[in-house]
Amino acid sequence: MSARGRGARNGVLKRMWRERSAYGFLAPGLILFSIFTVFALGFAFYLTFREWNILEPEKPFIGLQNYQDLVHDKDFGRSIINTAYFTGASVPLGMLVGLCVALLLNQPIRGRGLLRTLYFLPTVTPFVVAAIIWKWLYNGDFGLFNYYLLKTHLITEPLVWLSDKNLAMPAVVLMSVWTSVGFSMVVYLAALQAIPNDLYEAARIDGAGAWARLRYVTWPMLRPSTLFLMVMGIIGSFQVFTQIYIMTSGGPLNRTTTMVYYIYEAAFKFYEMGYASTLAYALFLMLLVFTALQLRLYRRADV
Amino acid sequence: MTATIWRRRVWLGFCYVVLVPGAILFLAPFAWLVSASFQHVGDIFSWPPQWIPKNPTLDGYKGFFGIGKAGELAQGSEGAWRWFLNSAFVAGSVTTLQLFFNSLAAYTFAKRRFPGRNLIFLVFLATMMVPPQVTLIPNYLVLKHVPFFGGNDVMGQGGHGFLDSYWGLILPGAVSAFGIFLLRQYMMSIPDELLDAARIDGAGEFRVFWKVVLPLCAPALAATAIFTFTYAWEDFLWPLIVVSSSDHYTAPLGLALFVVKNRTSWNLLMAGSVVATLPMVVVFLIFQRRFIQGISMSGLKG
Repeated sequence: MSARGRGARNGVLKRMWRERSAYGFLAPGLILFSIFTVFALGFAFYLTFREWNILEPEKPFIGLQNYQDLVHDKDFGRSIINTAYFTGASVPLGMLVGLCVALLLNQPIRGRGLLRTLYFLPTVTPFVVAAIIWKWLYNGDFGLFNYYLLKTHLITEPLVWLSDKNLAMPAVVLMSVWTSVGFSMVVYLAALQAIPNDLYEAARIDGAGAWARLRYVTWPMLRPSTLFLMVMGIIGSFQVFTQIYIMTSGGPLNRTTTMVYYIYEAAFKFYEMGYASTLAYALFLMLLVFTALQLRLYRRADV
Repeated sequence: MTATIWRRRVWLGFCYVVLVPGAILFLAPFAWLVSASFQHVGDIFSWPPQWIPKNPTLDGYKGFFGIGKAGELAQGSEGAWRWFLNSAFVAGSVTTLQLFFNSLAAYTFAKRRFPGRNLIFLVFLATMMVPPQVTLIPNYLVLKHVPFFGGNDVMGQGGHGFLDSYWGLILPGAVSAFGIFLLRQYMMSIPDELLDAARIDGAGEFRVFWKVVLPLCAPALAATAIFTFTYAWEDFLWPLIVVSSSDHYTAPLGLALFVVKNRTSWNLLMAGSVVATLPMVVVFLIFQRRFIQGISMSGLKG
């Protein structure tokens, strides 16, 4: 090694020593983080090459077998479809309702604060509780939904919402929209209040009506919030679990088995940790692709 | 002129006509929950539904907490108080640890220059993308094999390690890359001169952090504390996996398993759900502004 190289290295070591308190400050976070995230990521990857059943003493190396199984796994395919269905329905719906509520609540009306609180309440309800309430509302024999639909003659027979293969997913979606509207409303309200009034004045002078102002001033100004809500919404919906566990347990006929629910079953019902890790990595990969796509959108949108 | 005033009135009237029924619809599930929690089991099933309980009763609450006759639910209701205490303890610990560890790390990233800073920060940032489900299984196995705990030997074999313990519930949540990132962004806006002034006055690094930087971060800390607490309070998947004995159930876990195992005692369940929701609603009502601040902080700068 050249004298200069050695000098530079000594310099780094010296600086590291001088800044040792910085490493001390980082240490607790870094240690936990290294174990529970960095190491865990590597360990999960290692697991994907093994048949790792906790009940069996042998955890054989099986090469790419888990990956092959994954490609041919019809239930996994089903879980992707279900997850896409859930995401595609609940994210836009929650955002749209949230936007409408935010637009109306941005008007100078009395009781704004109270109404805002009311619309936000479902968002602070623990998810488990929300799922329990809605499970009851959907109850086939005594649920409020059936009661009011029968009473208004919209249906003639009671519906078994959560046990009907075509109704179960829409039912879960509706419940999830209820919990998410408050969040999009608050994000949109914050963005609406940040739009400078001059823009509306200028548009008015140019003769823009209410619709034109919404279309050409408000909507473009809300773009960053829309993208943010979309990214967060998609990431969150891909991970939907609690509602499914409580309301349908993945049924009927696997119609509400989402990816995370499927991972959970593989790992903690069948104890196939290796295969479950492979599934989890597949989920990770899909989220990465989605996020990358959305970041490109972000950049193209120039925000 | 009058035409515009009228148009404005009609428009505002329209806002009410849409918003008020909407709010009632949004609130109806809650109203039903609260109402049902004060009804007898039989009345919950009554047809038509009773929005205002005809024979209000506290049986649900008593039953849920195991006060009075618990009957068939003796074993479940005996632990209900404890579930809430567990939740409070776990959520409180996670929040305290996160605030401390996250702000220490955030301060270091924001205000110190040391070899490797950018690399370490980059790793933190990159892992914000990792969905928790990927680390779920390895973390479960890691906690299961912690040596010397829960009956494990030195190799971490034989027992259950940190599983089914408060350690297992708290430790994996004690630091968050996202929290570090948010606080760092906030701390960047604190002028360096302020820190240097304190250093010249002879304050050590920790004192600068504790006495100068932290107090200035109070709004950001408060917002993240509220979020961390609510998130930890209602976390479900992790407790579901880690905990096996009802002594360590958190409130959401206890309620959920109650639904799955018990199909008859809806009044107890409704009462428990009301109690589990109350702390969240109270926290929200008290800290409304911080809540909204927190959302816009994470939303618009992130």
